[in-house]
Amino acid sequence: MALTPVTPQTPAFTAGTAAAFGAFAGLFVGTAQGSGLMGIVLGAVILAILGAIAPMMAGKDKPVRWAVFFGFIAAGYAFGGIPAAVVGGIFGAFFGWLIFFVASGRYRESLAPYLTPGQVLWHYAFRVICGVIFIFLITPILVVMPLSFNSQDFFTFTPEMLQFKAEGYSLKHYRDFFTNDDWQNALRNSVTIAPVATVLSVGFGTLAAIGLSQPHVPFRRAIMAILISPMIVPLIISAAGMYFFYSRIGLQGTYLGVVLAHAALGIPFVIITVTATLVGFDRSLTRAAANMGANPVTTFFKVQMPLILPGVISGGLFAFITSFDEVVVVLFVGSAGQKTLPWQMFIGLREQISPTILAVATILVVVSIGLLATVEMLRRRSERLRGISPT
Amino acid sequence: MKLTKMSALVATTALCAPMAMAEDMANELTIVSWGGAYSASQKAAYHDPYTAKTGVKIINDESSAEAVAKIRAMNEAGNVTWDVVDVVASDAMRLCDEGLAEELDHDAVLAAAPDGTPASEDFGNLIVSDCFVPQIVYSTTFGYRTDLVGDTAPTSVCAIFDLDAYPGKRSLQKRPIDNMEWALYCDGVAKDEIYDVLSTPEGIDRGLAKLDTIKDSVVWWTAGAQTPQLLADGEVVMGSTFNGRLFSAIAEQNQPIGMLWDMQSFDLDGWIVPAGLSAERKARAMDYLFFATDTQRLADQAAYISYGPARKSSAPLVGKHATLGIDMAPHMPTDPANAGNVHTYDYEWWADNRDDIDAKFQAWLAK
Repeated sequence: MALTPVTPQTPAFTAGTAAAFGAFAGLFVGTAQGSGLMGIVLGAVILAILGAIAPMMAGKDKPVRWAVFFGFIAAGYAFGGIPAAVVGGIFGAFFGWLIFFVASGRYRESLAPYLTPGQVLWHYAFRVICGVIFIFLITPILVVMPLSFNSQDFFTFTPEMLQFKAEGYSLKHYRDFFTNDDWQNALRNSVTIAPVATVLSVGFGTLAAIGLSQPHVPFRRAIMAILISPMIVPLIISAAGMYFFYSRIGLQGTYLGVVLAHAALGIPFVIITVTATLVGFDRSLTRAAANMGANPVTTFFKVQMPLILPGVISGGLFAFITSFDEVVVVLFVGSAGQKTLPWQMFIGLREQISPTILAVATILVVVSIGLLATVEMLRRRSERLRGISPT
Repeated sequence: MKLTKMSALVATTALCAPMAMAEDMANELTIVSWGGAYSASQKAAYHDPYTAKTGVKIINDESSAEAVAKIRAMNEAGNVTWDVVDVVASDAMRLCDEGLAEELDHDAVLAAAPDGTPASEDFGNLIVSDCFVPQIVYSTTFGYRTDLVGDTAPTSVCAIFDLDAYPGKRSLQKRPIDNMEWALYCDGVAKDEIYDVLSTPEGIDRGLAKLDTIKDSVVWWTAGAQTPQLLADGEVVMGSTFNGRLFSAIAEQNQPIGMLWDMQSFDLDGWIVPAGLSAERKARAMDYLFFATDTQRLADQAAYISYGPARKSSAPLVGKHATLGIDMAPHMPTDPANAGNVHTYDYEWWADNRDDIDAKFQAWLAK
């Protein structure tokens, strides 16, 4: 959909834009090789030359792009073997596309014709900034994943790994996780504590949310503030308080104690999500049910519950993840018999930097993605049912 | 309907959990240690044989790093859940002074050596506190990257301060202990005068000034596993850590790392029994201690980790590594070849001066 007719750009403009990108990429490559400044200069010069050539080759996009692509792969390989060649290939493909995108003026195509050059620049700068922030957030998580297949006992990309040799990789950290008693006990504790804590949070949280959504309840705001306070008070303060309180009543170091502590942390999430779903709930439905002879309990399970279920489930998932990820409170309230996965990871990081932690982290990331995807699907379904969003 | 079943289930678990706990407590020991390879060596050498012999189940809590604070909190809350705790000697002295650890009559509660020598003589001067049962001798010493130090491998601790001969980063523990002594030693102070010099304000300034010469090249560590990781990455040329960590990086993980034993700093690690246990639990803890600190058991631990047994009578029994089959004696900090020039860390001096020097050290770090 072309909004604006395109006119090819001058070589000087293309060269300048390409040089800016080249300098940015060169900064990283150069820093990795030992001199950031050298990288900036070289990157800018190479891309300026390519950018100056591109407008003259208009119409012959394809062969030039392939040439740039393979040129960068070759240069990368000469520099640092296979891993550098892969990076070179990515850079080559991107720069080959970039110089023609700029040179042909196509970047103007999908934008309104009345935009000033400054607005066009901002349009693209905004996207680049968003991309950079995204990369900044996601890189630490992505780096962990290949490292968890390391065949060594350190957090190090070994030369074998970087050359994609099979002996540099191994599943031994995953094997360690599935065969080591410490990790298996921790996993067992986590999967026995989290679901029960979740059930308690969901039960109490849903009831509290329904009660607090009745307009005639006195001190509604104050009660609400107290119930969601575990989310706001620093965790270490809740944990220390719970430790002394639970010690006195004999709950410290017991399974029940950890479950109750985690339930207290999970309740605010349930209250918030359920309260939000209740805003869209039509109260005349409960009156209609009462009118037809249903008692309040039947009304709740048959009428209200099915409609607010998405909110209950997403609150439950947050409560589950809170309990599953929690390390501070369990360190205080639990004893060695209730050692959970995050606790075991914390010890592992402090005493022995073992990549088994990375293997567990990878597994947990995959599980978390699965749970969050479920939440998102439920949210969409609820919106669809309530007719808020057509998609 | 479903919800009713669910709540019934929750109620049942809630009721049963404390009962199950109460039953187990009768035949259970909670032993606190450092985690990692060290706990693994204790499990293999002490816990597993003890469970096989007595049927007592052992729960391993890896909280020794917070032991002092946690024992204080447990005591305040009147709910001591630990039976035997592994701590370094200086922590044992603090706990003993505060009355948080049981005082022991070593000859009465510990096994005598096989030849009949009483325990107090067998451990000798390693019994630094009435509450403390020594277990191992470890040292804080240096490892260096064999491929990054050039042709002349360092042989003196002062290589740390020699940026010309060994350029690059070095890792040191983020505390004044040992670092101040090494700094003064390398500034020309005689070994037996280090603590005299360090007792004066000028001496402290002199130590910090020496550390200042390498401050920009230091990576500070807080957990013993960090230096091996930094060495494996090649991020540092040399660094201090516990000798057992270096042994495992060198012998078990085949990293290009060499040992620099010069001026290694000896320290002790051992057991205490927290005060305030019931008579029955205390008796069980003592039974475990009697078993786990006898001559053979201490020698057995050395098959899994390169820390020296605290009993004199255990030294001749130290054998080969359990899986690698190499002789362990040459890797012990106490081996004569390694212990040529040793720095003896003065517990009492540090107990008296720790707070003051810590404050100055932290202020210097923040500058």
